[in-house]
Amino acid sequence: MKDRFLEELRRICGRANVLTNPHQLETYASDGLLHYRVRPPAAVLPGTADEVRRIVRACFLESVPWVARGSGTGLSGGALPIEDGLLIVLSRLRHILEIDLPNQRIVVEPGVTNLEISAAVGPTHFYPPDPSSQVVCSIGGNVAENSGGAHCFKYGFTTNYVTGLEIVLADGEVVTLGGKELDLPGYDLLGAFVGSEGTLGIATRITLRVAPVPESWRTLVAYFDSADRAGQTVSDIVAAGIVPGAMEMMDRLAIRACEEATHAGYPLDTAVALIVELDGPAPECDERFDQVVALCRRNEATGVRVAADEAERQLIWKARKAAFASMGRVSKSYYVQDSVIPRTRLPDVLRRIDELSESYGLSVANVFHAGDGNLHPLVCYDPTVPGEAEKAERLAGEILEASVDAGGSITGEHGVGFDKKRYMPLMFGDDDLGAFQRLRCAFDPQQLVNPGKVMPTPRLCGEVPGPYREHPIERAGLAERF
Amino acid sequence: MDEIAPTTIEEASGTLRSLSSDSVPVRFLGGGTKSHWGGAAPEPDVVVRTTSLAGVVEHNAGDLTAVVLAGTPLIDAQKAFGAAGQMLAIDPPESTRATIGGAIATADSGPMRYRYGAPRDLVLGITAVMSDGAVARSGGKVIKNVAGYDLGKLFCGAWGTLGMIARVALRLHPRPPAMVTAVGRSEDPFAIQAAAGELAHGGLEPMAIDVAWSGGVGRVLARFGGAAAGGQARRAADVLSAVRTDVDIVDADEELWSRQRAGQRSETGVVVRLSVLPTEIAEVLRCADAAAGSVAGRAVGLVWVTLPPAAPLDAVAAVEELRSALAPRVCTVLDAPIEVRAKLDVWGAELDGRMDLMRRLKQQFDPAGICNPGIFMGGI
Repeated sequence: MKDRFLEELRRICGRANVLTNPHQLETYASDGLLHYRVRPPAAVLPGTADEVRRIVRACFLESVPWVARGSGTGLSGGALPIEDGLLIVLSRLRHILEIDLPNQRIVVEPGVTNLEISAAVGPTHFYPPDPSSQVVCSIGGNVAENSGGAHCFKYGFTTNYVTGLEIVLADGEVVTLGGKELDLPGYDLLGAFVGSEGTLGIATRITLRVAPVPESWRTLVAYFDSADRAGQTVSDIVAAGIVPGAMEMMDRLAIRACEEATHAGYPLDTAVALIVELDGPAPECDERFDQVVALCRRNEATGVRVAADEAERQLIWKARKAAFASMGRVSKSYYVQDSVIPRTRLPDVLRRIDELSESYGLSVANVFHAGDGNLHPLVCYDPTVPGEAEKAERLAGEILEASVDAGGSITGEHGVGFDKKRYMPLMFGDDDLGAFQRLRCAFDPQQLVNPGKVMPTPRLCGEVPGPYREHPIERAGLAERF
Repeated sequence: MDEIAPTTIEEASGTLRSLSSDSVPVRFLGGGTKSHWGGAAPEPDVVVRTTSLAGVVEHNAGDLTAVVLAGTPLIDAQKAFGAAGQMLAIDPPESTRATIGGAIATADSGPMRYRYGAPRDLVLGITAVMSDGAVARSGGKVIKNVAGYDLGKLFCGAWGTLGMIARVALRLHPRPPAMVTAVGRSEDPFAIQAAAGELAHGGLEPMAIDVAWSGGVGRVLARFGGAAAGGQARRAADVLSAVRTDVDIVDADEELWSRQRAGQRSETGVVVRLSVLPTEIAEVLRCADAAAGSVAGRAVGLVWVTLPPAAPLDAVAAVEELRSALAPRVCTVLDAPIEVRAKLDVWGAELDGRMDLMRRLKQQFDPAGICNPGIFMGGI
């Protein structure tokens, strides 16, 4: 990275906010997916939206590619730095700019955390998308990833809550998309930007819709001796026209880990635990809750524990929310997978995961958002055993194939990023990827913004989208594509 | 003018490929119920009808999803979903001809927009045919999915200017077995706005909250469809009384909502669609009243103002007056007599920084410039 360019960055945001010391940069070499590490040549920490604009403009003039990063909690390597590019860290942009409760809106900077938003509009309102990392993850990262959480089945995803964005494009131009109003005419550029995994620009000002806090909650956890019965219960609940605020499932291994960590009182001998939470108007919740209990019993639940008070509700959730963190109690290391299946295919896909677990000789703990079919299998492995990490990754890859075969998706909320781009061809053909490329080229013709993410193979803008042609090096057998 | 009605997606792809190589402009049409909307554009050489690309391809009742071809009449799809106690929560004014593709392409919506979102929130995946014949899919058919770019949202409300929507995967919702509506009436626009606000901020979870204005009287309608719908409507009635509106509870409420939806269309007047904030609704009602107009719309701030029939120049002046009174809010003209449309910019939007980006998108997706040219914002 040229000295002249670094000097320009220092002029823009001050010497202290431009990091070039390798030791300091180590901190930024990974996001939440720790097994990929790339130390960037420099990182810059702007303090205002205008500084962001000037940094991006400087990159454009010098043709320096860049990656934006929020809190670094992403699980697909979407904020993984690049060797010859700048890392733009947005965690200093953390002002809440406006709270407009009469219109159910809040306007924030990208570094504000997810939980700070709910806190800012509480206690009367809340911000529904609630990824597990909500205490630390930034809203800018949520916008990039279209983050979900446990309450998506009823409440939707980040994309359903973003009504306006101010974005900085690759050439440093600032554009406002949407506003506080809904459904403005023109192309839905907001819809294209949210979930684009940081490849179309940087959002510097985010306008969100918030919702009134539900009047009441009713929570239970039911235990089953098979995934089929638990899955059938979920289907029956949905078929009865009930839309729970959350429905979460954990299998035996996950229960054991969570129980050891939290002592929430889940029985260790149960095959599956199903958490169902209804929220909404009290009379509605009461009526529906009785139906849910009856459906659990009809499907031969071995036990139904109803939260008697808020403390017990929190305890039930504490175990579920500890799932990822507590896996260390049953395994030395683990790989979190994130795939989606049509909910009705749950029993088939779980059986397939069992088969894979057996044939690979690695245990898999299952935690999932049952309402929307979003699976999080945790593939357990021992990193000190040579080759086992690679084996775990292969097993996790086969789970993706099984999910796509069942009509699902390779990612429900963690994103494609760097980690899953090689699996994109499982879902998308050349024409589909060609259309994605058209969108990317409209926003960033020079491809300076988070290059090397999402798309399985790099392609230049202006290149005619068309069927894949073998590269001469591949033809000569000197390299292969994977 | 030639008309082509492809019966398969492959056929549509071939048609567009050959038209684009000859640079022949096309107009995509479904049932044609909204074909008069949009900016004034020269007559296209070819019409590509989607009505032969029709049918529910999959209805996965257990997953609350469906895959539908774009030319399927909305009413037919609703019948199919209704048989399983489900619905697609897209409810623009009733029409026997309006297709799913047309509703999605124009981002048309109805009262259920309040609770369930716009078409863009219900489209899980899309298959579109680009002008060069490429058939591109994005999204999927599961309700949660973040793989790849969300082109479905881009095609919702693009009015067919980026390519032809051929097939969509949709999220469905359970259809409440019974619905009850609480209605509040007042002659004071601010009481209507306040009533809508109170209901929206309470914990009652209505499936729709609408506002209406006509002949100097306003109404707020809150519809409930849950297991305790009747009780919820009574609670809403208490809220409405507290803000001093005259209250009614309507059990057989279908007719009420049908009329409400019909308020988004006019055969002789001028219909203007606005996106405003909930706290600006009273101002819209006041302006509409001053113009002897009527209003139907959502408490979330999506409103349709109908200006009464008038001589073309007077009608144009009425639109301009509304625009200046409500600036900077954007007033888009939908239904209007042809003589009126010819004399104004129906989009009425400021061509801000977004316009360059929109033009670049159009260039990327439709390099030949043949897809519905001229009808969209900024002459796209």
